[in-house]
Amino acid sequence: MSKAGAIMVLGGGIAGVQTALDLADLGYYVYLVEKKPYIGGVMAQLDKTFPTNDCAI
Amino acid sequence: MVEAGRSPNIEILTSATLKSIKGRAGNFTAEVFQQPRYINEDLCTACGVCTMYCPRPIADVYNERLDITRATHIDFPQAIPTSYYIDPKACLRVNYQTCNLCAQTCTAGAIDFSQKPKNMKLKVGSVILAPGFGRVGHDVLEKFGYGRYQDVVTSYEFERLTCASGPTEGHLVRPSDQATPKKIAFLQCIGSRDVTCGNGYCSSVCCMYAIKEASVAKEHEPDLDISLFFMDVRTQGKGFDAARKRAEEKYGLNVIRARVPKIDQIDSKLALTWTTDDGESHSDLFDMVVLSVGLDAPEDAHAIADIAGIELNSYDFCKTSHGAPLSTTKNGIYVAGAFQGPKDIPESVTQASGVAAIASELLKEGRGSQTITVTYPDEDKALEEEEPRIGVFVCHCGVNIAGVVDVKAVRDYAASLPNVAYYEDTLYSCSQDALKAIAQKVKENRLNRVVIAACSPRTHEPLFQETLRSIGLNPALFEMANIRDQCAWVHAQEPEEATQKSKDLVRMAVAKARLLEPLAQPTVDVTQKALVLGGGAAGMTVALSIADQGFETVLVEKSKVLGGNLRKLTWTVDGQDARKILKDLVRKVEKHPKIDVMLDSELESTSGYVGNFTSTISTGGKTEMVNHGVMVIATGGKEYKPKGYCYGESRQVLTQLELEQRIAKGKSGFKTTKNVVMIQCVGSRGEDMEHCSRLCCSQAVKNALKIKELKPDANIYILYRDMRTYGFSEDLYREARQKGVRFLRYTPDNRPEVVKQARGIKVNVYDRLLGEEISIPANLVVLSTGIAPGENENLSKLLKVPLTQDGFFLEAHAKLRPVEVAVDGVYLCGLAHGPKGLEEAVSQAKAAAAKAAIPLVKGKVAVEPIVSRIDKATCIGCGICASLCPFNAIQMVKEGKRKKAETITASCKGCGICASHCPVLAISMGGFTDEEIFAQIHAFSPDGCGEGSEAEKK
Repeated sequence: MSKAGAIMVLGGGIAGVQTALDLADLGYYVYLVEKKPYIGGVMAQLDKTFPTNDCAI
Repeated sequence: MVEAGRSPNIEILTSATLKSIKGRAGNFTAEVFQQPRYINEDLCTACGVCTMYCPRPIADVYNERLDITRATHIDFPQAIPTSYYIDPKACLRVNYQTCNLCAQTCTAGAIDFSQKPKNMKLKVGSVILAPGFGRVGHDVLEKFGYGRYQDVVTSYEFERLTCASGPTEGHLVRPSDQATPKKIAFLQCIGSRDVTCGNGYCSSVCCMYAIKEASVAKEHEPDLDISLFFMDVRTQGKGFDAARKRAEEKYGLNVIRARVPKIDQIDSKLALTWTTDDGESHSDLFDMVVLSVGLDAPEDAHAIADIAGIELNSYDFCKTSHGAPLSTTKNGIYVAGAFQGPKDIPESVTQASGVAAIASELLKEGRGSQTITVTYPDEDKALEEEEPRIGVFVCHCGVNIAGVVDVKAVRDYAASLPNVAYYEDTLYSCSQDALKAIAQKVKENRLNRVVIAACSPRTHEPLFQETLRSIGLNPALFEMANIRDQCAWVHAQEPEEATQKSKDLVRMAVAKARLLEPLAQPTVDVTQKALVLGGGAAGMTVALSIADQGFETVLVEKSKVLGGNLRKLTWTVDGQDARKILKDLVRKVEKHPKIDVMLDSELESTSGYVGNFTSTISTGGKTEMVNHGVMVIATGGKEYKPKGYCYGESRQVLTQLELEQRIAKGKSGFKTTKNVVMIQCVGSRGEDMEHCSRLCCSQAVKNALKIKELKPDANIYILYRDMRTYGFSEDLYREARQKGVRFLRYTPDNRPEVVKQARGIKVNVYDRLLGEEISIPANLVVLSTGIAPGENENLSKLLKVPLTQDGFFLEAHAKLRPVEVAVDGVYLCGLAHGPKGLEEAVSQAKAAAAKAAIPLVKGKVAVEPIVSRIDKATCIGCGICASLCPFNAIQMVKEGKRKKAETITASCKGCGICASHCPVLAISMGGFTDEEIFAQIHAFSPDGCGEGSEAEKK
């Protein structure tokens, strides 16, 4: 049986989003499943990030 | 995030939970349950009218319940999907069939109460678990006064309180009386390193975010007095110690090393009592206390584990091993991010890329079978060549710009500028609905140049250019005026001047836009082969992954054997047999049909650019040319060789790696051992090297425990500065203390001293508790010597990849591009990037393999359109440009009798050094021609134009 070309990523925080982006670039179709109404996770709640104080969004 | 929202190959399913997974690796069926949003994402314009009319107030969870929102709302304006959402638990219509105000007021007709929950069955080859982390329980926080004292807040709450888009618009106030606090304390290790709450591990991120939050608070309120209470300061990440030191100095943060203080309330103040490690008791009053809350396992960890059929570790995080950190106990199901163990953003991003590589190895036969390819419409060349018709869009960025700059005045001003055919203000021009609207306006008004006055092109230019491409306009016909950073932010106190400056910037941008020309966007073919430099754990992992993804890989190792530093390890920190891991890796690499191993070999030279490199590899005097599309630096690091401490003078003084080899031989080496003294930070953290070597603390407790196994009555002393046993290694630290290993803290101004005596050696160290220097007679002194960079300078020059001050290779972006470097097509992992343990090196190697495989998979790379152009008729062939180019992107070509400069466009980064040095002005930069820049300068100069522009004079 041939293998599927789609992958499911559970969780839409920074790890899930980055995984989805790389998988899409590597030629796969991605279902990004997030339990909240928006992706971004905790990182979207951060104002700035250490140590460069870049905006988190 | 925005990128994920725009990718045609990422289907975002929100309000969705996983119900079941059936099948096996390669062919799973996942059942997903999706709650209705009650708002049609495609129709919603995110205008916010529904929220205005919604009568149902609810706590704003996004703002940590510090604010109130409505049952219909959006978390934050840039949220993806950019659509409002109706909370089904609160909505009157959903629960009681009453109210329908939102639906009546929504002009877009996006509100849809007929939506039903959906069950979906998805056919997928692999499942990646990235559910993140959970919150430490309320009961734990209560022990530290949370809930009892109003002015005790969590770090999450503090994050929102200092955020400009938070409930107080960034004004730092304390909850009890809304007054600005003068004195704040941060308490670390709340819900971490605390067995009483079941979390024995270290959360690995709180030390950093506390320092960040303290720094941000000081930016808001410069007179704040801030104390941070650490048990140990664990800033072990790359460059983090330096950043911490800078923050401490710049903001005058008061760092106190103590166990978590006791907390009481006295009138309107919070009284803290603590004991420092010299045994002294202290107390002080604070206005506000911030609890640096740790990362817990996700609340639904057990549910996920049951559904996915995977095992959890004792703390309910996903069970993995140091040799295979991204694999769960079930084949085809992988893990990344904080669910694998508490970690920061760079580590999470690294694991995320790494796990993509693993799934890609598994599913290579299915690659490309289900993806959608986007095609752009052909460019409307005729429209592009017409007289410029410029559209100006001025962004409010919520209140970010509009709070200072009079956006509407800037918009109206744009109308007066020549060639401006359309002008408009937008609330958030980067939101998906606004982008759609901009595209629509450009088409409707047949605009052929677009100016957006908003934030920084550094972050947003690609997004807007993509929008232009989607409607058949060349992306170079776009110009940005940064009125956020350069006006609203820096002139926040002078709104009128900020508005005037915004007008100036818009006038200049329009002047340039009139001269913009379309730029070609060529693509080049990729040689589908990888070159990996370094045959240690990281290099072998990269090579295997790229080869397993289906591409030829050449692995170049300097020494005569594979293995690198892994050869010197006996056990991993999690107790696995390091020699077995090594043997397995070497065996797989050697027998892999797609990997060509070159031992005793070094990179001599390299030329070319992403997709088309040619490298010369020398092997024992002979050289060989290799053509390859990508390259990975995995050249490793080395054990720091200590100076002083009687190292090399006494056989009783060893390094940790030397000790490990002695331990491997068994009991015999420790028969007469009574006292062992380990000294941490030898060479690291400012002694000889500035950086923290990250893994020596875990290595020391690991080896101390091994000695205790072999010789239970041995006295072991570990002399340390901060014990940095982050993550689950904290368990080893605790075990070592329980087994009687003594830990004595020293300060850099009072380092331990190793003294050779007539018989044996002794170590003198200041005991903080006794308040005096003590002398420990030692049979064995073990130096935790840390990791020094390899001989990276040559390679750095050869590849034009910069090094950090500490001598490691510098990544492209510390957080978001941790395994890429400044040169396209070159990737980085392992100790060449910085000190790290095996687990992290393997994750990073997988990440580098994913990034390196992307161009190989695509088979083509797009070349930057902004490149230098040389006018050969003007060029005098002096060669100054070629000698100055930092990217080797200019070659001198013989034409007739003379030499002329020629740009290798695929290598050119568009830096402009050549153009600025050309003595005859023969070089111009695409998108930044002299004419364009002069037009901008003329538009600015008051004599040139004043209020109108130079065109007005014409």
